[in-house]
Amino acid sequence: MNEEYTSTELLTTVASSLIEDESTIIVGTGMPMLAAMLAQRTHAPDATMIYEAGGIGPEAPELPISVGDERTFHRGVKAAGMHDVMSYMSAGFVDVGFLGAAQIDRYGNLNSTVIGDWERPTVRFPGSGGANDIGSLAHETIVTMHQDETSFVEELDFLTTPGYLDGPGERKDAGLPAETGPTHVITQYGVYGFDDNCELTLEFLHPGVEEATINEESGFRIHAGTYDRSPEPTAEQLRLLREEIDPRGIIR
Amino acid sequence: MNVIDEGNGELVGWEHPDDVRKWNREKRSRAFEDKRMTASEAVERFVDDSDLLASGGFGHVRISTPILHEIVRQDIADLTLSGKTTVFDADLLIAAGAVSKVEAAYCFAHETRGLAPASRRRVEEGDVDVVAEASNATLQWRFLAAKMGVPFVPARILAGTETFEKSAAKIVEDPWTREPITLIPACYPDVACIHVSKADKHGNAVIDGISVEDPELAGAAKRLIVTTEEIVDSDELRARPKDVEIPYFLVDAVVEAPYGSHPGEMPYQYYFDEDHLEEWMDLTATEEGLEEYLERYITGTEDFAEYLEAVGGEERLAELEAIENYERPDTGGPEGGERV
Repeated sequence: MNEEYTSTELLTTVASSLIEDESTIIVGTGMPMLAAMLAQRTHAPDATMIYEAGGIGPEAPELPISVGDERTFHRGVKAAGMHDVMSYMSAGFVDVGFLGAAQIDRYGNLNSTVIGDWERPTVRFPGSGGANDIGSLAHETIVTMHQDETSFVEELDFLTTPGYLDGPGERKDAGLPAETGPTHVITQYGVYGFDDNCELTLEFLHPGVEEATINEESGFRIHAGTYDRSPEPTAEQLRLLREEIDPRGIIR
Repeated sequence: MNVIDEGNGELVGWEHPDDVRKWNREKRSRAFEDKRMTASEAVERFVDDSDLLASGGFGHVRISTPILHEIVRQDIADLTLSGKTTVFDADLLIAAGAVSKVEAAYCFAHETRGLAPASRRRVEEGDVDVVAEASNATLQWRFLAAKMGVPFVPARILAGTETFEKSAAKIVEDPWTREPITLIPACYPDVACIHVSKADKHGNAVIDGISVEDPELAGAAKRLIVTTEEIVDSDELRARPKDVEIPYFLVDAVVEAPYGSHPGEMPYQYYFDEDHLEEWMDLTATEEGLEEYLERYITGTEDFAEYLEAVGGEERLAELEAIENYERPDTGGPEGGERV
């Protein structure tokens, strides 16, 4: 290990490693945006960031705080509109979408709408926003979220955004585009993939995390067969994040 | 066509396309007339109690704050709000008690700043009802169908989820693929307010930067109030007709409103007023604080010009212009964080 790093920095470098060169990525604000910018400056110079409000391929010297502000299309490829971006995604031009959520189940279905009863919610979240659209239409989605027993649940309070629904074949049967769905879930403990039954399975455990923790901090049983350890951030990745991408430390 | 499944959310704002064609023929002028008026006049003439309202821009980017303020000043009530990517716009109207129903794609939050204290309180206490769920593409394609003058557009979203179950969409068998396809019903808001970069007195309007979903919304709304940073001569727009996103015949009122998106951002012109938004979030944590905000900035001011003085006037606005143009002062910049 080169030096100390924050949890967010680790998640950022891990997420960054999942972004391929010459790909298109829909991001929100927050950590996934840093991950995409880090990927662009390292192994994926031709990765293009797209924002759902219409910004395509920005080269902004500072971070956006809204997915619709000027920083999402500053020196961009195009300042388009939502209809353009959603249409490109529906037509298969968006490779990866990053999503967050308040709850996830074993099939990668997400809740960002309510906790409690829909009619009289205990907590009202913003709702789908673009999440249902991205979860339906991007070729693959990567979920980043906080993991504990209340967020990794046996049954969602509300199914906002489709993962694999009830298992293999369900997305296609419902009418969603073929060969789509979540591929990774990144939490503070590790990185999960999906097995042949479309259920969450451990792929990478973060440095210092015990294997038992992932099931102690989950409301459903997570399969942990063979897995690797997540690589720690390199000195160069940390330098890029701290000095070039987010020098003001807005997202740490 | 075989209906496979249908959502049970309220079908907000749907009308028979022929009824809207008739409305557009009889009620929308083709004359090149001078539509300039004050925000107060525009709201008096074009916003009524119980209307379905849609607010343009992106919730806190390029929003039509003078119209939102007038809705509060004129005590408009019982609105149904189209909760397309709404942020500060919805939070203000819901907090002020102008809204009773919402169709929610994104509502009750301020993106990176967190959940909205006041509008969340309203919805969690039952003062405001979410009558249908949507997604961003759902609402923007509802407006597209309306702009096209067709009852619905097909899309490959919503299927398999409770967002669908609480929406007004239907799933049918597509006659070509024989597979399920989601039909997104048209939505015709009674009134929309859209803030633009430039417009002429007839309503021809230019949006610099991303258009978000305003070209669709402008074509869907039965009444459209355009507020603009600047009113320019028609010749200037005729020299760049490709940049006009909204043609005059869609527009009912033109309101000149420099800094009209404050406290939101206006791309290329001025940045979010993060200090003001923080004050809003802090004060609206309580009903007393909310009343204090409304009195200080809206009901206690005569118009938008007085509001701009109350938020710091020329000096503050110049700072926001500097930040937007990447000339950030050493202190007082925005903070970000995880998207909620």
